This record gives sequence, C-alpha cells and structure tokens, in this order.
Amino acid sequence: MDIKVLGPGCPKCKQTEKVVMDALSDAGVAANVEKVTDVMQIAGYGVFGTPAVVIDGEVKSVGKIPKKEEVVKWISGK
Amino acid sequence: MADCCASAGSNIMMLACSGGSNVGQLSNRAAVELTQEGFGKMFCLAGIGGGISGFVQSAKDAPVVVAIDGCPIGCAKKILANNGIENAKCLLLTELGIEKDKNLDPIPAELEKVKQAVRQICG
Repeated sequence: MDIKVLGPGCPKCKQTEKVVMDALSDAGVAANVEKVTDVMQIAGYGVFGTPAVVIDGEVKSVGKIPKKEEVVKWISGK
Repeated sequence: MADCCASAGSNIMMLACSGGSNVGQLSNRAAVELTQEGFGKMFCLAGIGGGISGFVQSAKDAPVVVAIDGCPIGCAKKILANNGIENAKCLLLTELGIEKDKNLDPIPAELEKVKQAVRQICG
C-alpha cells in the first residue's frame, strides 16, 4: 500500500502524518508512507487545500486532519 | 490550490458552470473576480465532472461550496449530485432576472449583481 501525505509542512500536515502512522500501527498494516511537500507535485493531485491524504492514488481527505478511525477504515478496506 | 491548513479566504469553494452563453460567462467572470478580490476561491468544476478523486474529495471536504449555474439546466448542480457532493449552496443566474442569450461578453451591471448574489448566498 502506498500512502502520501500532501502538504508543505505546517503543524496540521505533521499531525496528519502522525494520525496516518498511528492508524497503520493500530491496524497492523504495513505501507509505504511518503510526505509530499513540493507545491507543483501537490497541485498535480487537484486538491483545494492541504493537508491531504492519498491512498494508492485515490485522494481520501482534503484540507483537514482526518480522524484515526477514518484512516483505519480506509486502510482496512484495501 | 488553496493555502496550507485552510487559511483565510480558502474556505469558500466557487464552482461556475462557465457555459457558452451570457449567463454561463457571467458565472465564470464572477468567480474569477471574487477570487481576485479575496472572496473564496474558484475551483475546477471540470475536474469534478471528470470524477478525479482530488477534485471530488476537495468539494466534499470544503467547508462551503457554491455552485453557480447560469440557466435552469443546472449543469453544475447535476455534476455535484452525480459525484455525491450534497453540501453545496446553489445559485441560478436566470432567477436573478438575467435573461439567457448568446452574448459572451459580461455586462458590468449584471456581473455586479451576480457577485453580490454569491456573497449573499454565503451569508
């Protein structure tokens, strides 16, 4: 599984990354997690804002910190 | 793209039908000018229509979404409905007393009326 956290690196972006890591730990799922900070790369996903979470190419969350339970649901459904 | 962490001015997403008529072009121009004036941000309706996940999810997660439709065909509203976006405020320009025609150059007085209506619908 490939997970990308999009955002230039503000506190909310960092918190989103932590939520993703915690969710993976809780679910016992292994994934490749990548932080994408390049603005042009982020723009390529067509998101209105950051932080954003992308799982296997599909954007799951935009402009907010997702709840850990939400992330667990996304990764467990894979 | 909006600034990081939904900074001021990025909470209102404007989606204009941008169709091939006076009202379509009024919707487009109003969204452009309001964006330039710092009132919300125009976003890509075509991306949502194309079902591209980044665009669709952005609209689902945006605090305020305004669909600006030129005429009663309601393309913008239908695109949102087809993609599961149910939280949008919808503005219909012919209901503002602007008659649809084929003039693609927005009339300034009508443009001001549309911009005012967008501001109003956002409360």
